[in-house]
Amino acid sequence: MSSPKVTFGRLLLAEWIKLRGLRSTWYTLACLFAVGLGITFLTMSSAGADYASATAAERQEWDPTGLSLTTYIVAQLIIGVAGILVVTSEYATGLMRTTLAATPRRHLLLAAKVVVAAAVAVVAGQALMFASFFLGQALLAGQGVPYARPGGEGVLSAVAGGGLYLAAIALLSIGLGTIMRATAGALATLVGIVFLVPAVAGIFPSWLQGLVTFWPTRGAAAVLATVPDPAYPHPWLNLGGMCLGVAAVLAAAFVVFRRRDV
Amino acid sequence: MTTIDVRGLTKRYGPDTVVDDLSFTVAPGQVTGFLGPNGAGKSTTMKMIMGLAAPTRGSATIGGRRYRDLPVPLAEVGALLDAGAVHGDRKAYDHLLALAVSNGLPRRRAGEVLARTGLEGVAGKRAGGFSLGMRQRLGIAAALLGDPAVLIFDEPVNGLDPEGIRWIRDFMRSLAREGRAVLVSSHLMSEMAQTADHLVVIGRGRLIADIGMSEFLRAGGEGTVLVRTPEPGAFARRLTSAGATVRGGPESSLVVSGLTSGEIGKLAAYHGVELSELTPQRPSLEDAFMELTKDSVEYQGASA
Ligand SMILES: Nc1ncnc2c1ncn2[C@@H]1O[C@H](COP(=O)(O)OP(=O)(O)OP(=O)(O)O)[C@@H](O)[C@H]1O
Ligand SMILES: [Mg+2]
Repeated sequence: MSSPKVTFGRLLLAEWIKLRGLRSTWYTLACLFAVGLGITFLTMSSAGADYASATAAERQEWDPTGLSLTTYIVAQLIIGVAGILVVTSEYATGLMRTTLAATPRRHLLLAAKVVVAAAVAVVAGQALMFASFFLGQALLAGQGVPYARPGGEGVLSAVAGGGLYLAAIALLSIGLGTIMRATAGALATLVGIVFLVPAVAGIFPSWLQGLVTFWPTRGAAAVLATVPDPAYPHPWLNLGGMCLGVAAVLAAAFVVFRRRDV
Repeated sequence: MTTIDVRGLTKRYGPDTVVDDLSFTVAPGQVTGFLGPNGAGKSTTMKMIMGLAAPTRGSATIGGRRYRDLPVPLAEVGALLDAGAVHGDRKAYDHLLALAVSNGLPRRRAGEVLARTGLEGVAGKRAGGFSLGMRQRLGIAAALLGDPAVLIFDEPVNGLDPEGIRWIRDFMRSLAREGRAVLVSSHLMSEMAQTADHLVVIGRGRLIADIGMSEFLRAGGEGTVLVRTPEPGAFARRLTSAGATVRGGPESSLVVSGLTSGEIGKLAAYHGVELSELTPQRPSLEDAFMELTKDSVEYQGASA
């Protein structure tokens, strides 16, 4: 290292040292894969029977790729908790004051946290989606029902889209953690966004239905299918819409993070 | 020679003025005790100096610059605001390494400050298992990473055992001897007496005193002299006629003010009075504190 100075690269390295030194980081990742692949295993084990009893029309809609990726629903929560903790664990211990004393340029610090967590989330999310895909297809093949190959139409797009979707949820969680500053509040908000709102969206007035198109677990998750959903003809646009929403939350997080006393 | 300059610093939380037009200077080469009762605004003032809380008015600068404008903060200011401020799941070494790396300090600094604070044996241990004293040391190690000229400690001895208190006290003194400016807060007068060279006393956010330690002790009023003699009654009359004020002390001793012990000794010799004890009593710190703050306390009582 040359002359002492705070640079973005050094902040990235510092945040990485902090993240990799926590056992909870590795436990969370282990949990992500154990639970994520466990769910894939359970859902795919019964898929053969479902296919056998399916009607011809249902067989038309048979989406072996999408089925093997449904584990994203739970995976997004685990990744979300990890994202929230990147910020809230520092508030909970008071460590945020030490961190900000070392790095008073707060926007740089938060940017470093976002980049490091996003990098980890992209890698973990993609790895999980690909692992889930291959595990799911192997189980389908074993049951003698139609399965997808990596080169199949729309397969790569769906699997990679799933990984990006998970990374976006991680960024959303960092934003929520920064705004709420407490793990419980941020987690409740995340659960509300990814589970509650989609569950009750049916009773929303029509002018709110447009939001559902870009909402996590709803329209934004349409990229994970290879059989097009007529409601979402351009699934990458839906995911893009969600990313804009995530960007708005992050922008709000940067504003309050710079202004607030710690 | 870096100093902390606090000028007209004011902080409001809603309707409460927590720090009120505070001005003082923390000079290098000495320990400045920052004293005030609970809720006086010490921690808030320190947070404003460190750029962690935004002042409503006024400024705090370190060597003429605002904290957030320091290019390498850890190399200019080291602070221990809260000993609990470590992630329990993180190893002591990693905690320090991340801080050092963020400021571009050499990685070896992490090991060096662990050694200086006597923590080298637990470098690879997670901080969650540390005792309060060890956490306190870890916080001080972090403060020393950049070899800063200014150090800020918020109630560093809170909750420590006598050995820990003594260690921290000696440590502060040695930091000041090295020419650093050391600001230490406490709400205990007696604690400061053994550590500080200079005192900044605040109450309800306002400056009460900004005074050298020795001057502060003198301001506590003259001392008294404890006198024991087999014939207290007769000697008391002689003392009073010599201009002293005499009170009865414990076990028929005399507490004399208005004369020095030397003068009392001469008087006794002149009259051939036998003395079994002649002890000058320094004013207690709490007395000195009361004496100094009584005006502002009365003023505050009237204004509140
Ligand atoms: N974030 C905040 N919001 C509202 N009031 C606050 C906030 N932080 C501190 N205060 C109030 O400001 C006053 C001063 O608090 P501060 O912590 O600075 O005192 P202190 O001198 O450090 O006290 P102690 O000796 O107990 O540590 C207190 O009355 C406290 O309630
Ligand atoms: Mg305090």
